[in-house]
Amino acid sequence: MSAIDMKTPILIVDDYKTMLRIIRNLLKQLGFDNVDEATDGSTALQKLREKAYGLVISDWNMEPMTGLELLKEVRADTQLKELPFIMITAESKSENVVAAKQAGVSNYIVKPFNADTLKTKLTAVVGDF
Amino acid sequence: MSARFDERDIGKRVEAIAKGGDGVEPEQILEVVKSVMASIDGDLSTVNLKFYAEIESLAKFIENLKLELAAVRPDEINDEHLPAAADELEAIVGATEQATNTIFEAVEAIEELTAKMNKKVAPQVSDAVTRVYEACGFQDITGQRITKVVTALKHIETKVEALLEAFGEEIRQLPGQERPDNPEPPDGSEMHGPQLERDANNQDDIDAILASLD
Repeated sequence: MSAIDMKTPILIVDDYKTMLRIIRNLLKQLGFDNVDEATDGSTALQKLREKAYGLVISDWNMEPMTGLELLKEVRADTQLKELPFIMITAESKSENVVAAKQAGVSNYIVKPFNADTLKTKLTAVVGDF
Repeated sequence: MSARFDERDIGKRVEAIAKGGDGVEPEQILEVVKSVMASIDGDLSTVNLKFYAEIESLAKFIENLKLELAAVRPDEINDEHLPAAADELEAIVGATEQATNTIFEAVEAIEELTAKMNKKVAPQVSDAVTRVYEACGFQDITGQRITKVVTALKHIETKVEALLEAFGEEIRQLPGQERPDNPEPPDGSEMHGPQLERDANNQDDIDAILASLD
């Protein structure tokens, strides 16, 4: 578990701007103000290699690079492999969860979700904040 | 296969009669049997004829099927109905996204105001704002579901296209149901529901139409 503080940069990744806005606002309510956005996996990967983030919160179903592919890239990168990675997705089938777990996901939130779930999962991944 | 078996069986019987017949001239029996065999041959030809009749019936069935398919106008389905359905669905996604953004702007403004509210009211308002944020997730979920429906429509479009290709231009040239220039909805009402933005009249257009009728 890697602790983060309210100033730790967080990258949120989703191809739906509405969802980015929801997550950003909910994080803001929890006290996290330093939030960047990306709308697909490849853009996210580029941002992760350019800046030191403390957490990634990513959707699964995106093009050209999916959230799962992004997760695998992150875990295969020596500089990023320890980065906490939460998947927030509508993919709720068991095989999806298993695939994400096998790829090294830190936690998994299924859409639709509420603020309490986000807070609980954040705490489970990065500790109390 | 069974006709050959029967033929062999009768042949054996004929041979038996020919060898041991009593009171009846074997030659006569043979002649009778041969005529029976000949009649069986005739029946086999009838079977063939029946087979041909079945094929003819099948051909008629296919021909009727073509006519029925032409009446359904698969070309229209692919050229008009499916693209129109996809447009409507995309319009739903666009409209819900726009509405969600408007809700966000309003709620974010309310959240800003919580800083100026008293300590008893502010947390209650903030909780309500959080619930609105959570509820706005519907736009993402419905968007993904609609995308799946659009994908299914595209799949159907591909299948209909394959059908059209299989029958070639033939099906396009068959007389389909005559289509009115401005088809009415199935319930016969004059209502067409919300229009796509590109087709819709805005309020200024409506006012202009009303003014033109005064």
